[in-house]
Amino acid sequence: MKVKDLFTPLFPCTNLRAYKEVEGEEGLFIFSRNKQEGLKMKAQASVKEQTATRTGADLLVEALIEQGVDTLFGYPGGAVLPIYDAIYRAEGSFDHILPRHEQGAIHAAEGYARVANRAGVVIGTSGPGATNLVTGIADAMMDSIPLVIFTGQVAKGVIGTDAFQESDIMGITTPITKHNYQVQEIEELPRIVKEAFHIATTGRPGPVVVDIPKDISSMVHNKEIDSDFHLPGYQPTVKPNPLQINKLHEALVEAKKPVVLAGSGVIHAEASEHLKEFVRNYQLPVTTTLLGLGSYPGNDDLSLGMAGMHGTYSANMALYECDLLINIGSRFDDRLTGNLQHFAPHATVAHIDIDPAEIGKNIPTDIPIVSDAKAALESLNEKTVKALDHNEWMKQIDQNEAEYPLWHNQPEEAIVPQWLMQKVYEYTKGEAIVTTDVGQHQMWAAQYYHFDRPNRWVTSGGLGTMGYGFPAAIGAQIADPDSTCVAVVGDGGFQMTLQELSVLQERGLPVKVLIVNNQALGMVRQWQEKFYSERYSESIIDTQPDFVKLAESYNIPGYFIDSQEALEAELPKILADDKPAVIDCRVLQKENVYPMIAPGKGLHEMIGVKP
Amino acid sequence: MKRIVTATVHNRSGVLNRVTGLLSKRQFNIESISVGRTEVEGVSKMTFVVEVEDNRKLEQLTKQLNKQIDVLKVSDITDKAIVARELAMVKVISNPQIRSEIQSIIEPFRASIIDVSKESVTVQVTGKSDKVDALIDLLRPYGIKELARTGVTAFTRGHQPQVAEFKPYSLLK
Repeated sequence: MKVKDLFTPLFPCTNLRAYKEVEGEEGLFIFSRNKQEGLKMKAQASVKEQTATRTGADLLVEALIEQGVDTLFGYPGGAVLPIYDAIYRAEGSFDHILPRHEQGAIHAAEGYARVANRAGVVIGTSGPGATNLVTGIADAMMDSIPLVIFTGQVAKGVIGTDAFQESDIMGITTPITKHNYQVQEIEELPRIVKEAFHIATTGRPGPVVVDIPKDISSMVHNKEIDSDFHLPGYQPTVKPNPLQINKLHEALVEAKKPVVLAGSGVIHAEASEHLKEFVRNYQLPVTTTLLGLGSYPGNDDLSLGMAGMHGTYSANMALYECDLLINIGSRFDDRLTGNLQHFAPHATVAHIDIDPAEIGKNIPTDIPIVSDAKAALESLNEKTVKALDHNEWMKQIDQNEAEYPLWHNQPEEAIVPQWLMQKVYEYTKGEAIVTTDVGQHQMWAAQYYHFDRPNRWVTSGGLGTMGYGFPAAIGAQIADPDSTCVAVVGDGGFQMTLQELSVLQERGLPVKVLIVNNQALGMVRQWQEKFYSERYSESIIDTQPDFVKLAESYNIPGYFIDSQEALEAELPKILADDKPAVIDCRVLQKENVYPMIAPGKGLHEMIGVKP
Repeated sequence: MKRIVTATVHNRSGVLNRVTGLLSKRQFNIESISVGRTEVEGVSKMTFVVEVEDNRKLEQLTKQLNKQIDVLKVSDITDKAIVARELAMVKVISNPQIRSEIQSIIEPFRASIIDVSKESVTVQVTGKSDKVDALIDLLRPYGIKELARTGVTAFTRGHQPQVAEFKPYSLLK
């Protein structure tokens, strides 16, 4: 059979296409062509029933089972029909979560990956299914979340002909994936799946896309296939260079003003306990990045809280004034560093990162250590502990903490979001999984919810994706069904992915959606107030659905709360309940996130540090 | 500064796209790029000539390239003893009267005429980029109808001289 014989799909209006079935060497093909009568619709889809034989899709399913995958987030469609058929036939091997939009699937998988600390698996169909995944792939790339994404593709013979639901997903996802594959031969499939999981979860984690043409997933193949792989171009450095560790240890015992900056690399490496030991041995002050929250207990005496644009004054001043900065698993993002010229100007910078490309990318580094955070901390902890001569420094930090704590307005009745976050923290005893979108509510949650453990904080950091928090909470709840899971979302972001309420309805997942409703795109409004002379261009959105009724239409309890009294009466009950909930919590619109480093300013130039 | 960077890569679909996409995403200016197979089956060699601001940017370039799964090895060979060659074909307007003139111009460059028509001759020249540049400059007054260059391809010499004796290769001279 010739590839050029392949022809146009017959039902362009639906995902399901009817095909004339032709079997050739390359398996089941998909077209209909009749010279005399032109193209003719065939009313009956004649996809051949395949029961006893193994198809490419079955190989995929077997490979997934071999990888220990038990949860899939996906949405079916034409090009993944064979895969969904294999999943159906694999009865009970997977818990398949069906979101109502592919974006929901991938954010849920991100939440799952973040909390379970293993790869999230996503399936989407070709064309729009795949392009709808793009935001989530980019998000996972920025935040180093391990994902393996399987996209359907049109049959190999029609790739490149602008076929129905074709998109160049390889081209589209190349810049936003750690790696991507298009399966060209069925024999490659098991190996590629294995490689994909290996690449996604080792080294610096990230998303890997595997694009599977439909003829490959439907092709019959009964032979055993070797899935061994060898990746000479991918050998992450896990163990630190002992000489560099010595150098860091020397710098540390000499330091008068040391500070540790912990990023999400600590969480990925499951190195929180090692970090604790290291920090306590030397009594080092610790600050974390946004994504590193939870890597070190937020309530600990040595914790300075989050650093960066909306970090605490004491954390940012510590970074500014330190003479030794030990960065463990953070990539010196611009929201953390502020103006690079004023970042840690007097410090010897040590940077531990598993990705060598991050070292020296933004900040010149004196002691580069390419290593997994856990391995590096283990090596450091083997060194003889020496008490540091840094009392002055600790005193100075304590003073900053005492003099410039986080502050907020406190009206009599109305709710301010900062107070709301404190209450959520109090009622969940600091043990909930908290997910957020991006913006003001995210910053308030980061400031006021003190995470004592890793893998409790799920947020879109690098890409800053609105609509991330709610679907991520679904994935997080699935990964950890016994924990309270609170999706702290803005009224803007929630409306971007609220269709996933149907998943709560379907599964009764007890996710608590807390809408911090200020009827505005808060952070945009704040910047317009500060830097655009209060010209609130398109940022005040006072037309909204009735969120309570909306929730009820999904058969989910909805609550409307607009006073402190009501909140104190209702919220503890709602959070303790084992049912899902949507809480429309009205907060003051004009609250701003403080303290703040204005764009272009250095860490020492914080504004709003005092009321 | 101009640097010559070579990368050996797995010859898989999409690898060129991944590498060039990476360079453009990170705002590196590629002056030329040449790709071809090597002595090992399934392995290709890419040679880039890139313009970078400083050493930090250069370090980023090699690190980012190295990070790609299908990239096996990246080397900045600018400061090594290397052999670097580029091929150019130049179609020059010429009537029979000035053909011999052109012939005499290209001779010292060890270039050759590989096609002749009534109105033009096509010259093929191989060598370092500066030599190719020089010849093109000389031919320009005659009117260049068409010009195609392959971009530099390079590797290190079999023998690397000791630091004291070697003279760095420069694209700028």
